[in-house]
Amino acid sequence: MSDEAHDAVGDYRFGFHDPENATIRFDKGLSEQVVRDISALKDEPEWMTELRVKAYRHFIERPMPDWGNCHSLNQINFDNVTYFLRSSDATKNDWDDVPEDIKNTFNRLGIPEAEQKWLGGVTAQYESEAVYHSIREDLEEQGVLFLDMDSGLKKFPEIVKQYFGTVVPHTDNKFSALNTAVWSGGSFIYVPKGVHVEMPVQAYFRINAKNMGQFERTLIIADEDSSIHYVEGCTAPTYSTDSLHSAVVELIAMKGAKIRYSTIQNWSANVFNLVTKRGVAHERATIEWVDGNIGSKLTMKYPSVLLKGEGAHAEVISVAYAGKGQHQDAGAKVHHLAPNTTSNILSKSISKNGGRSSYRGMLQVTPKSDGCRSKIVCDALMLDSESRSDTYPTMEVGNPTADLEHEASVSKVSGDQLFYLMSRGFTEEQAMALIVNGFFEPFTRELPMEYAVELNKLLELEMEGSIG
Amino acid sequence: MNGVDEILRIENLHVSVDETPIIKGLSLTIHQGEIHVIMGRNGAGKSTLASVLMGHPAYEITEGSIFYLGQPLEELTVFERARAGMFLSFQYPVVIPGVQVGTFLKKSVQSVRDEPIKGRAFRKELNEAMNTLDMEKSVLSRYVNDGFSGGEKKRLEILQMLMLNPKLALLDETDSGLDIDALRIVAKGINQVAPQAGCLIITHYQRLLDHVKPTYVHVMIDGQILMTGGPELALELEEKGYDWIDAVPEA
Repeated sequence: MSDEAHDAVGDYRFGFHDPENATIRFDKGLSEQVVRDISALKDEPEWMTELRVKAYRHFIERPMPDWGNCHSLNQINFDNVTYFLRSSDATKNDWDDVPEDIKNTFNRLGIPEAEQKWLGGVTAQYESEAVYHSIREDLEEQGVLFLDMDSGLKKFPEIVKQYFGTVVPHTDNKFSALNTAVWSGGSFIYVPKGVHVEMPVQAYFRINAKNMGQFERTLIIADEDSSIHYVEGCTAPTYSTDSLHSAVVELIAMKGAKIRYSTIQNWSANVFNLVTKRGVAHERATIEWVDGNIGSKLTMKYPSVLLKGEGAHAEVISVAYAGKGQHQDAGAKVHHLAPNTTSNILSKSISKNGGRSSYRGMLQVTPKSDGCRSKIVCDALMLDSESRSDTYPTMEVGNPTADLEHEASVSKVSGDQLFYLMSRGFTEEQAMALIVNGFFEPFTRELPMEYAVELNKLLELEMEGSIG
Repeated sequence: MNGVDEILRIENLHVSVDETPIIKGLSLTIHQGEIHVIMGRNGAGKSTLASVLMGHPAYEITEGSIFYLGQPLEELTVFERARAGMFLSFQYPVVIPGVQVGTFLKKSVQSVRDEPIKGRAFRKELNEAMNTLDMEKSVLSRYVNDGFSGGEKKRLEILQMLMLNPKLALLDETDSGLDIDALRIVAKGINQVAPQAGCLIITHYQRLLDHVKPTYVHVMIDGQILMTGGPELALELEEKGYDWIDAVPEA
């Protein structure tokens, strides 16, 4: 890593990068032609090309958000981003067929081992497109579809057409418009009625090239009384110039279905991470977002659930860690649109070395939604006095029968805690790491074990060399 | 005096907090196998002594010196003291939310001992210690001191002491708020560690001494040790209080 890059981002564990061996690389910058070219290259149906173009036009017209960290947002130079880069000629189903350099990257990230041990399926995306994909045979036999989004559109165009953009329309915000215009890769999942996918399925997103934009698009449909757990991990190497990650995730849980979507995003500190994640839960369905945000320069992400059917339930558990020069603007949105719907929101954030974490939340209960319950808990932990934490909760409650709880706390690591731990043989850094891991524990325990261990290790690394 | 079995030597110690003197000329030497008990009124400086020995940053040593195993103690940071075999059982153990007791114990033992610990051997050792202290295994998955009763907290302190097997055990009012069964269990833990260690027990009550036999009982008044005796002194204090000592001229 160059010194310049190091100064910009500090120590980041996945900061290695491989020589870039692109088979197709678009020029930097965005135009209607670039959008059309991406679509043509992928040989897409016309309706998708037209949707992309419409979204592109909306993106151009739509102003930047005038809320959140506008100063940071306005630093994004859309002309300096590469919008499409193909590193491999086709998605491989056999690990041995993946090009050597790309395989090395994922080996270093531990993906093949994880697949062997505990995953029902895996997709590995490198730059714009999936390079490796597999699904367990038993799931395939039960009719579970798990493909990268591009293949999904090719093989199951009717399903994609029916649902694509119905939960997050391109007009939702500037970045959902951008994603719709230039999306590439991501996952497409369909779980048939009554099928329970016991093992989590995973996608891993890796940005390798400089000034790269990654715009994956994920669509998960769980049909009636089915269930699935999807896990997503993200990393990028360290460069001194910025990269842009702007994904859209749409979840649809039909009657009685359950979708859990777990994410650990560990971007290097020069990535703008601007993601729209939203799910629709129909009657008695459950949608759970388990969302961990470490790294990035600026993250703006508010996993949302529309509780559309009676008795639907939403769970949003998130953690954010903001280190030096980082701003985590994260939170949750839940819309109670039907009677007897329930939701739990737990948000935990840590700021350190001048980092800033913000909780931004929206809770809505519509007038016809009787008997709704919601509990929101926001805890912030500050590791020093130069860091910053703020909370922007919004509640729109149109029904008097709603039962709502909101708790918020901001705390600092106490001297007594440090002294106690140090008297037990821990260095100050180890003591801090233990306190931080403990603070995130309500989140960590929701993760598959390997991810929990990984997250704790990452946090320990974050604490190293940070004191004194 | 600097014999091979000397654990701790305090010479003419003066300690201040925010420039207020708390300990005012205290001397004390502890050898291996000795149990020293310090009694005295609230505010006499007993807990300050324990905190200073462990290295609490709020206290300033303004005069005097402390030697631990023959080395000047001030050269060691808090965690180095722990790794060198010092242990403090806290009067008010701190809650560490989200950190499970089992994980905490393992990591703590790992940092104090100089060798990597093996899972199976560690579990066996932990089982034995927990049996000694009559503790439920379920405590291992609870968070450190979170929602613990006073007695549970003190028992966890003693469990840590057994696992860390210190050379110098400082016990700050570990017996306060314990019922008679818990008191006996805590005493059992102290008696197990005592022969290999030096022990300094701070207490208000004689009743712990029914189960732990002190070598010396010291009376601390206004930052100084004003009287030293054997176990019978504790009984006398229980009966007569401290007022009569104030009148006794310094030995």
